[in-house]
Amino acid sequence: MNNQENFILDEIDPEVGERIDAGRRSLLSRYALPVAALGSAPLIIAASAQTAFAAGGLPKQVVDVLNFALTLEYLEAAFYKEANRSAGLIPRQYRRLFRTIGAHETAHVALLKGALGRAAVKAPGVDFTAGGKYADVFSNFETFVAVSATFEDLGVAAYKGQAGNLLGTPVLTTALQIHSVEARHAAAVRPLAGKSGFDGAFDKPKTKAQVLAAATPFLA
Amino acid sequence: MTTPGLNRRNLLKWTGVGATVMVAGSMLPNFGISAALAADLGAGDIGVLNYAYALEQLEAAFYTQVIKTPYEGITKAEASNLKAIRDHEIAHRDFLKKALGRKAIPGLEVDFSKVDFTSRKSVLATADVFENLGVAAYNGAGQLIKDVDYLAAAGSIVSVEARHAATIAALRSGFGSDAAGGKNVNSKGLDGALLPSQVLPQAAPFIVTPVTANSLS
Repeated sequence: MNNQENFILDEIDPEVGERIDAGRRSLLSRYALPVAALGSAPLIIAASAQTAFAAGGLPKQVVDVLNFALTLEYLEAAFYKEANRSAGLIPRQYRRLFRTIGAHETAHVALLKGALGRAAVKAPGVDFTAGGKYADVFSNFETFVAVSATFEDLGVAAYKGQAGNLLGTPVLTTALQIHSVEARHAAAVRPLAGKSGFDGAFDKPKTKAQVLAAATPFLA
Repeated sequence: MTTPGLNRRNLLKWTGVGATVMVAGSMLPNFGISAALAADLGAGDIGVLNYAYALEQLEAAFYTQVIKTPYEGITKAEASNLKAIRDHEIAHRDFLKKALGRKAIPGLEVDFSKVDFTSRKSVLATADVFENLGVAAYNGAGQLIKDVDYLAAAGSIVSVEARHAATIAALRSGFGSDAAGGKNVNSKGLDGALLPSQVLPQAAPFIVTPVTANSLS
């Protein structure tokens, strides 16, 4: 058993079930109204996420998580937009892959912006060369896929790290639905960068601070 | 792994929305043994973990067979990926079993008689179904979890299932749109999310052991 598994196992106490069964206050009911329908989570029935948000407002903790996610999605969406229009960067056989990834990231931006409404942060300034470290990111496929894989793995770890902050809110399902898309992207891109699609049986989360530290070099 | 006959398999009946998914142990030919083998997932977080445990058992058994009897023309890269995936599913299964302790459902009897393990196409198509079902199952189960540590554990597993789904898609059709989830992600950029009552009927044809989810919605 590797360290990663130990890390997870340490978190789990089988006896916890006892106290869970004893029942605890449902967070769901507290948030049900204002966050009744982020996106298209099939589990939640509601007509319009945007109006529900605008009317009810979101708990600050949820706003913070969604804005954090939005910042990363802005970064990714801008990255693929630039890459997909850089002539000669992406070999023909991979163009559909990166167009699909780009479309997903753009959709994530739209979804989160829509959910946050006026509370949404603005798109950050970006520097995908990371101050010159990846100067040929949009002309050298090798550099591009290395940065792409980094962004996708970072996205997976970032959403995973925020899941606990969304516990008991319907926003959780939507966040999970984005989280697994980022993981699909990561596993699709990593082999193009000479890596396996996965690092082991359990993926680790990253805290907000860890994610921001990793993303900061790409923010202008 | 055992592959029992059709009659027993047909006894398994998962039913509708949020409801009872099951079949009485008493309907089975050998009452004593079958009743003992019947598995109720339980309620609350334990129920969710048992649900995940059932799905991981299914996946682990499937890939164990895939590696035991490799399909014709399997490449080195394919074997290596499928072996890694098998090991992950076994680790997930064992992790959940350990977390559940005494509350774990029994080992499930599986039925892969519909899968042609000699055929690359059949094996990868089945893997595709299992991985995407797994992703949607974990995504939909998150909202049923109350304990933050269990949510973290589920989160650490679901993204690996999504990585598997992408890997299988790439084996099937190369590094195109499907590898990024093109077929499974909707126009809002969202992956699937299904409730147990939606997932279990899809898993049912592969599971012989009667499983009840009376307390899980």
